[in-house]
Amino acid sequence: MPDTTVSGAFYSSQEHHPENGTLLGFWLYLMSDCLIFACLFAVYAVLGRNYAGGPTGAELFDLPLVAVNTSLLLLSSITYGFAMLAMQRNGLGETQLWLAITGLLGAGFITLEMHEFLHLIHEGAGPQRSAFLSSFYTLVGTHGLHVSFGIIWLVTLMAQIGRHGLIAENRRRLMCLSMFWHFLDVIWIGVFTVVYLMGTLP
Amino acid sequence: MSGEPGAAHTGSLKHYVTGFGFAVVLTAIPFWVVMGHAFSNSNATAAIILAFAAVQIVVHMVYFLHMNAESEGGWTLLALLFTIMLVVIALSGSLWVMYHLDHNMMPAGMPGMPDMKGMHNME
Repeated sequence: MPDTTVSGAFYSSQEHHPENGTLLGFWLYLMSDCLIFACLFAVYAVLGRNYAGGPTGAELFDLPLVAVNTSLLLLSSITYGFAMLAMQRNGLGETQLWLAITGLLGAGFITLEMHEFLHLIHEGAGPQRSAFLSSFYTLVGTHGLHVSFGIIWLVTLMAQIGRHGLIAENRRRLMCLSMFWHFLDVIWIGVFTVVYLMGTLP
Repeated sequence: MSGEPGAAHTGSLKHYVTGFGFAVVLTAIPFWVVMGHAFSNSNATAAIILAFAAVQIVVHMVYFLHMNAESEGGWTLLALLFTIMLVVIALSGSLWVMYHLDHNMMPAGMPGMPDMKGMHNME
């Protein structure tokens, strides 16, 4: 196997900071994800007031529920930060604990969002009702889907850490998920401002 | 704070708590402004909560995502600036084009519509 040894030597001599390469690459992924959300925000901004005679945002949105949801996501951001600090201190159990709390807060967010969606659909305000609702479900649903995959990733990482400990690979993965998780919170700022708060303005 | 390489991506406790404090205030005020009907003018309210959102996004970028000009040799910041440029073009361009499309392609029988709000009751 001369090829593999050559390429192995090639990589080890080229990459002085392999960890940084991953983090920069993951950041570029987040930026491309940002463009997806920008397009969905643009769609919502264009269609968000076309109610087709159906219910408006002011009639549908339950702002106290959105406030609770926002708090859950914001809290999960700082608990993930605490997990990263625990990782820096090599506190294995502490890291796992904060990750678990973060996951539960994220799960609470998704549960409330599903509850909201089901409630709206039950009231006849499903995605097919108007252009406003189509763009609403697409934008908010895409964010919710990201959070759901973030939770799956988080649980996977907890299993990895439980099995292998805080090894370099797991630290790198935790940093990537950290960026992903905080990025989703940034997107949520746009969602609650543009969709929920501005949507309920008279 | 981010002197050693490992700390660049994780920050410190004080960093996180400060960012969280800012984020809570910057979230609470827009919710209070809208839920408490602090202003009667919708456009003024929209402008205020959008400004708070912009500030909060910067706070999250700095305190939670640890953005700075030095990380990854400045490449993360450059990628971010490029993305912001594309986002601004996509958002402002879409709104601009679609607003004029709405305006100019009104059915002939409709009375003149001053803005996009005229689309409300179109089936």
